[in-house]
Amino acid sequence: MHIAIASGKGGTGKTTLSVNLAARLNRTGLRVTLADCDVEEPNSHIFLSPEWIREEEAHAPVPRINQERCVGESCRICVRECRFKALAWMGEVMDFPELCHGCGLCMEACPAGAITEGSRVMGVLSHGTTGSADNPLHLVSGKLRIGEAMSPPLIRALLEEMQSPPYADGIVLRDCPPGTSCPVITSLEGADYTVLVTEPTPFGMHDLRLAVETLRLLGQPFGVVINRDGMSVGMEHTALNDWLRDEDISVLARFPYSQAAASACAAGSLLIDALPETTGIYDALWQAIQGNMPRQQAGGAGNA
Amino acid sequence: MRELLVISGKGGTGKTTITAALAASGPAKVIADCDVDAADLHLIARPHQTVTTPFYSGQRAVFDKSQCIDCGLCQEKCRFNAIADGIRHRPELCEGCGLCAFICPAGAIRMEERLCGEWYCSDSRFGPMVHAALGIGEENSGKLVTTVRTESNKMAQEHGVEVILTDGPPGIGCPVIASLTNTDLALLVTEPTRSALHDLKRIAGLTRHFRVPAAVALNKADIHSGLADEVRAWCHTENIPLLAEFGWSDDCTKAQLLGQSLVEYRPDAWLPVFEDLWQKLLALP
Repeated sequence: MHIAIASGKGGTGKTTLSVNLAARLNRTGLRVTLADCDVEEPNSHIFLSPEWIREEEAHAPVPRINQERCVGESCRICVRECRFKALAWMGEVMDFPELCHGCGLCMEACPAGAITEGSRVMGVLSHGTTGSADNPLHLVSGKLRIGEAMSPPLIRALLEEMQSPPYADGIVLRDCPPGTSCPVITSLEGADYTVLVTEPTPFGMHDLRLAVETLRLLGQPFGVVINRDGMSVGMEHTALNDWLRDEDISVLARFPYSQAAASACAAGSLLIDALPETTGIYDALWQAIQGNMPRQQAGGAGNA
Repeated sequence: MRELLVISGKGGTGKTTITAALAASGPAKVIADCDVDAADLHLIARPHQTVTTPFYSGQRAVFDKSQCIDCGLCQEKCRFNAIADGIRHRPELCEGCGLCAFICPAGAIRMEERLCGEWYCSDSRFGPMVHAALGIGEENSGKLVTTVRTESNKMAQEHGVEVILTDGPPGIGCPVIASLTNTDLALLVTEPTRSALHDLKRIAGLTRHFRVPAAVALNKADIHSGLADEVRAWCHTENIPLLAEFGWSDDCTKAQLLGQSLVEYRPDAWLPVFEDLWQKLLALP
């Protein structure tokens, strides 16, 4: 079962919710993996302090051109067909791997078999564990190489890892990047349920609307968590609650605004450790997620 | 012409709040919002007299089901899972590569231009403004960012303005790189949290990679004194000027609720602070 944790706006508390929910579920005996899909700025490891077990480079396919086999100037079909300008004709076929989306069209198109599949490094995937030895909490983090523009191939590689042991049969929480464009779409792909984290501010609400549109476009079920509830105290900021009610969107949990919680997060601590009274909210959130999920996914998965 | 970009790596550190306050102070300028994916600056700038231009970029596959012979080749070959069972196209996953159209033996797929969003030239009380909205789930945010930057440069020339102030996107990927390349200065907004410091190091690495000078503004400086010291020490070691520190203040939320910048909400407290920051920004080489 895959649960994505997303938001439109950055800094609303996606990672805080992901790490605490993952740790809480793990401590109740469930088999849990946290997949940190925010590969541009991954932060989950800061809170979970895992022991890293292995690290591997993640690659994306790029063309490798055999100039001796190339038909030459009379053909140039690969250059013509590439939509991303990753191939150019400069006396011979030149490749610009940083522009390549790895679609494979050039290899299909080449009549001479002169293009084979090579690869380039997108970043690294790190596998770690924390918690008890008999039921460890798994963390798999993607880290995009500095200067690399495209994060979706790395996110796809990370989610691919979730298909095999020891991750495949348990609960996978996906800590997603902010926004609504391709990195988010890639991170949400195939999730059974999505938790959208927002805060009761005009920016938080504006970006939540974008996130809701995204989930509706994908046709995937979701609910909302309101973080820092009450932070706009003394002002009538009921707009968020009114809107959620009008749109018939489930509010799965509310986390009250708290200076103590902000300090604990700043220091990189888990809230369920620093403020044990929050544990009940995570338990209630998990109940609400299961209650709101479409039936066929809700049962059974993740039991150790 | 000087282009000043406000970025942070981590989201939610206060980029837009600080950009809006800089917009309401300092020299005459053009305002640009390069966070095309989840733009918020317009909620404060409240631009008007907007000219809207559609943004076409890349292509998408269009399927003619009447020609389809259900061979499944397109689904098998697509590397982006953009064709689901039953040869059902999923445009939100389509990268517009054209592979399916190329290999389809029945000629049932063609490629067409893709409307990815729109961009706007507006007036605001802070000056002329260029902003944009990427369509939900769309590609090519980097190209839309580049369009916003090109248009803001044109606008600055038309208005004889020397400074462009840009609100940037979070992260270190494609839209950030498009915002950053060849800009004159990146103001990195951070906060004293483990996460923000971690992300500051990565975004600073990116500014070095693209040889863009950087400076730091430490927001919410009083929420953790130990980590604030770590940020200060790191700036010192890396030789990145720490130009401003702001304490945590509920003025930020209160101003936002009113659609105002900090400088407008409480000028006595905030105007001198941001005028001082402008002085320091403009004094950098």
